[in-house]
Amino acid sequence: MPESDLSLTVNGAPRAGRVEDRRTLADFLREDCRLTGTHLGCEHGVCGACTVLLDGDAVRSCLMFAVQADGAQVTTVEGLGGAGGELSPVQEAFRAEHGLQCGFCTPGFVVSVTAFLRDHPDPSDAEIRDGLSGNLCRCTGYQGIVAAVKRAAQVES
Amino acid sequence: MTAARFVGQRLPRREDARLLTGSGAYVDDVVRPGMLHAAFVRSDVARGRIVAVDTTAALALPGVVAVLTAADLNGLTHDVWVDYLGPGVDPTPFRVLADGDVRFVGDPIAIVVAESRYLAEDGCALVEVEIEAEQAVVDMDVAVAAGAPLVHPELDSNVAVRVPAADDPELDAIFASAAHVVTETFTQHRHVCSPMETRGLVSEWDPWRGELVVWLSTQGPHGARGFLARALGVPENRVRVIMGDVGGGFGQKMFMVPEELAVVLAGKHLGRPLKWIEDRRENLMAGLHARDDRVTLSVAVDAEGHILGIRGELLENLGSFAAPGSASGMFVGMVMPGPYRIPRFGFSSRSVYTNTCGRGAYRGPWMMETLAREQMMDVVAAAVGLDPLELRRRNVLTAADLPYTTATGLGYEDVTTAETLEQAAAMLGYADLRAEQERARVDGRLLGIGLALYVEPSALSMGSLSSEAARVSVSVNGQVQAVMSSASHGQSVETTVAQVVADELGIDVGDVTVLQGDTAATPYGGGTGGSRSAVQVSGAARDAAQQLRAKMIEIAAEALEAAPGDLEIVDGAVSVAGAPGSSIAVAEIARIAYTQPERLPPGTDMGLEAQARFRPSAPFTWSTSCHACLCEVDPVTGAVEIKRYVVSEDCGVMINPMVVEGQIAGGVVQGIGGMLYEHMAYDADGTPLSTTFVDYLLPTAAEVPTIEYGHIETPASTNPGGYRGMGEGGAIGSPPAVVNAVCDALRVRITEQPLSPAVVAGAIARRNAT
Repeated sequence: MPESDLSLTVNGAPRAGRVEDRRTLADFLREDCRLTGTHLGCEHGVCGACTVLLDGDAVRSCLMFAVQADGAQVTTVEGLGGAGGELSPVQEAFRAEHGLQCGFCTPGFVVSVTAFLRDHPDPSDAEIRDGLSGNLCRCTGYQGIVAAVKRAAQVES
Repeated sequence: MTAARFVGQRLPRREDARLLTGSGAYVDDVVRPGMLHAAFVRSDVARGRIVAVDTTAALALPGVVAVLTAADLNGLTHDVWVDYLGPGVDPTPFRVLADGDVRFVGDPIAIVVAESRYLAEDGCALVEVEIEAEQAVVDMDVAVAAGAPLVHPELDSNVAVRVPAADDPELDAIFASAAHVVTETFTQHRHVCSPMETRGLVSEWDPWRGELVVWLSTQGPHGARGFLARALGVPENRVRVIMGDVGGGFGQKMFMVPEELAVVLAGKHLGRPLKWIEDRRENLMAGLHARDDRVTLSVAVDAEGHILGIRGELLENLGSFAAPGSASGMFVGMVMPGPYRIPRFGFSSRSVYTNTCGRGAYRGPWMMETLAREQMMDVVAAAVGLDPLELRRRNVLTAADLPYTTATGLGYEDVTTAETLEQAAAMLGYADLRAEQERARVDGRLLGIGLALYVEPSALSMGSLSSEAARVSVSVNGQVQAVMSSASHGQSVETTVAQVVADELGIDVGDVTVLQGDTAATPYGGGTGGSRSAVQVSGAARDAAQQLRAKMIEIAAEALEAAPGDLEIVDGAVSVAGAPGSSIAVAEIARIAYTQPERLPPGTDMGLEAQARFRPSAPFTWSTSCHACLCEVDPVTGAVEIKRYVVSEDCGVMINPMVVEGQIAGGVVQGIGGMLYEHMAYDADGTPLSTTFVDYLLPTAAEVPTIEYGHIETPASTNPGGYRGMGEGGAIGSPPAVVNAVCDALRVRITEQPLSPAVVAGAIARRNAT
């Protein structure tokens, strides 16, 4: 299988190596970087559990090859909290509003919402629901998640 | 006991910090030295004879370690049965890999083991399978027709389980003389659990210890351990199942499936740790399906709308290799009378095999009884000229009826059926909405109101599910650990059990940790399902904590030279009630218990450890709910918008109302998804058509309403804490509430789902044409 050199920044730390061209960014992050917070729920770009930030944009790491992230800044759910282990405002809001149950989809939601609130600091209800519609959750019925986005928006504003 | 300080609070969950930061430990996060990866070659036809399986090219691929088929693995299995049923009960055949024939699309034929998942999939593509396709039995009616091909040729019928109708001259007489007899047939389409985490396991056989360790995404590690020990012919004390964080189950992960056993057998055979993570296509195609049933109801009603008797007939589709106990006919018939006064009831059912993916449990596996009955209440209301709420009021069980024994022999002592019905109607503003509905109709807007009332048989306590256990200990430094028999896959048990234990011991909830999921460290438990955890797991924790509390008081009494009856535990210290000056800290009591036997009261054993096994005093702990839905249907496109959604629920004493509401909401939205969007469809040849999330449509945040909750807290009599289960109820009540709302908006009864825009628009067009 053809391989390529890869050099990128993951959660602020430089990383270089050689990967198979067909290796997805999600597998690179989970297996090569051992950042297992990025989850794979469908591997066809619908569920959003694998969402990471690529140069600040929320992307689905299952739909990208790792080599496509060459030179990029990647942030995973592990990179969102404070250095001392404290939760980010979005993570804190999910906890306060019971925005998670089994937790499998949660990293994708947290990453998506982080990017969404950066771009929509004062979102309407409709904007929130639209903003969340690219991530699937099977446990919460989205009640706590919608409330968490509202709370996080208030905290951050 | 001390006053509740933590039970009843909306305490944030202790599970959350790790899950929010990507620090959870799900099965795909497990890596073992020398671990190999598995992928399956599956049948792409629904029924046929396997002519040849050629593994030569796959084996030649560098990185592929083995390609194993039925000839390699099926003979390695010994006894295959689950504790839930016991040996020889389940009529459904079980085979590890397809042997000689295939019986559904997705039937596993070979397992490819390789150095990476990529290479395992490459290997699968190189396995050449030749199948001589035969006419598949896809439809239930075809399956039961005379001369139908047998789905399982080794059996003599496609009917797996039959519940015959009993001769009942009294019921016949009721129907013969009733003012109205209303008959309707309701069909529920096939849908699936779709937990966001698919199945998966890592299996490691240690030949030196003679021990098997399996990391498994499961709802029941102890059930899996017993199953694997019997299947492999290995002593149970040489099998360890570890359940880490699990990304949802909803019934699908209650029992192990053939693929999982194949991975365990292959790993042991090869002497290497082996991982398999099911992909989404496999989960949708072959990971167990649910629902897919049809009920015909006939209801005898008097002139005032009082139900006199009901006859029900169920036909349900088990698919091919159904999970153990998936034939639900007996249960459907037993609970169908539900929340109403129904003097006489007759029922029959057939659970039938087809060449489709097997049926498994899904959140309220018997819920067709509520879906059919609650639609039928609206049909009867229309037939006798009553409003649906009024018909329910005339038939609902009230406090004056209790205790009540249903026509099927179930006893209710403390259900709050009338109360939840009235609370839901009041919260929705039912009468005002009826008026608004009429006004809207004048403007061409289609509003609809749907109700659904049910009693949920929670905390299922029978067979291997009869009891749960807890081992609670105070360690030498004074902190508490609760070791639980069954574990959470999203139910928040780490938090709720800590709340219960902290209250019983009079300590801070932060001083309690909850350990679960590892069979090497936990007592036997039936698994998390059947809305059992709040009642059974909490009940066991409560009993064990009470034992410890009594012992702590005893030790403190000796140290303080006080009478045990005068002592209380408050904020981590034992003191004389009303005289807090003289006290002894829990940590000090723990040190005495473990290190200072001379300070123990005479005859008191050392240590602060207690184990309790709790069994509720009845097989069911009834929870009661009423759902009320307001929807608007677009008269042109047929799109359904749910504008309001109300749930009134009585789940007894709430340990954590936030968790209760979270469970309700999750179930409600699964039901909304099931009725409006989700459909596991097959074509006429038995090929599944919705094997991606592009085709199998789960609801998103954009489609769901804000759910409004009403709580009635009637302590249950089946357990000292007064808890009732509510894990499944949301998914039981919401399907009929949604369907009734849509049909009410259209003033047309649609008896099949999903209610897609095309179906709804078609119904509108047909109505307008008549």
